[in-house]
Amino acid sequence: MDSLLDFLRQGGYAFFVWGAFGVTFLLMIAETVQLRRSHRTILSRVGRLVRLRGSQNAPTAPTHTASTPKTPAKS
Amino acid sequence: MKMNWFKFASPTAFYPIAGRLVPWLAGAALILILFSLYWGFFETPERLGGSNPQKEYYRIIFIHVPAAWMSMWLYLVLAGWAAIGLVFNTRLSFMMANAVAPTGAIFTFIALWTGAFWGRPSWGTYWDWDPRLTSELILFFLYIGYIALHSAIDDTRRADRAAALLAIVGLVMLPIIFWSINCPDPNQCAALHQRSSMSKVESNILLAMLTMTLGFWLYSFATTFSRLRGIILTREADSTWVRDVVAREAAV
Repeated sequence: MDSLLDFLRQGGYAFFVWGAFGVTFLLMIAETVQLRRSHRTILSRVGRLVRLRGSQNAPTAPTHTASTPKTPAKS
Repeated sequence: MKMNWFKFASPTAFYPIAGRLVPWLAGAALILILFSLYWGFFETPERLGGSNPQKEYYRIIFIHVPAAWMSMWLYLVLAGWAAIGLVFNTRLSFMMANAVAPTGAIFTFIALWTGAFWGRPSWGTYWDWDPRLTSELILFFLYIGYIALHSAIDDTRRADRAAALLAIVGLVMLPIIFWSINCPDPNQCAALHQRSSMSKVESNILLAMLTMTLGFWLYSFATTFSRLRGIILTREADSTWVRDVVAREAAV
C-alpha cells in the first residue's frame, strides 16, 4: 500500500507527472471515441442520402459508377 | 517486378484495406504504449544526476519527446500528401492529408502541454518565448489553420488545393523547429530548451521512449485510416460501391 502511494506521489511531483500523462491519454481516448462515433454518424447520414436519391431516381435507376481515380499514365 | 503504385490510390480499393488494418494497428499501438509505460515507470531510475539533474518529473520525457517527434513527422506526412495531391491530382492524397491533420494537431498540443508541465518543475515556468517552444506553437497554429481553411471553403476541390498550399508553405517551420535547439554553435542560440542529445540518454529511458514513439506512430496510422474511411464515404457518397458498403455495414 505504501509503495502504491509512493508511486502515485512521484516524489512530490504527482501534479506534473499525472497532469502530463493524464491529459495525453485523455486526448488520445477522446480522439478514439470521437472517431468511432463519427463513423456511425457518417454511415447513417450517407445511408439516408443514398435512400433519398434512390427514391427520387426510382424510375431511371441511378447510373453512378465507382469512379476511378485520375491517375496519370506511368512512364 | 513492376508494381502499380497507383492501385491503392483509389479510394474504392483503400477503404476496405484501411478497415482491416485499423484494429491491428490500434491493438499493436496499445500494447507498445502499455509496455512503454511499464518500462518507463518501473525500470528506470527515479532521479537523474549529472549536469542536468532531474527528479521524478523527468518521466514526462516518455510522452513529451515522442509526441514532439510525431508532431513534426505528421506535418511532413500531411504536407507530403498535399504536395502529391497537387502534382498528381489524386483524390486519395488530399483525403489522406485531411485525415492526418487532426491527429497531428493533437500530438502538437500534447507536446506543448507536457512541455509546460515539465518546464514548471525544471525551469520554474510553464511557458517561455524560447525559440523551440515558440516554433512548436506556430506548428500547432499551422495545423489549426490547415483544418480551418479547409473547412471554410465549401467546394471540396478548391478547399483541398488551398489547404494543400498552406501546408506546403508551412513546411518552412520544420527546419526552424529542428535548428532551434540543434544549432551548430550553441553560443549563438540562446535557448532555454535542452539540446537533444540522444547518445547520452540512459538505455532504459531510451527504450521506453522509443517504444512510446512506435506506439504513437501506430496510433497515428490507426486514427488516420479510421478518419480516412469516414472522409472517403462522405466524398464518394454518390457512387454505387459506397451504397453497397453502407448497406452492408448498417446491417452489422
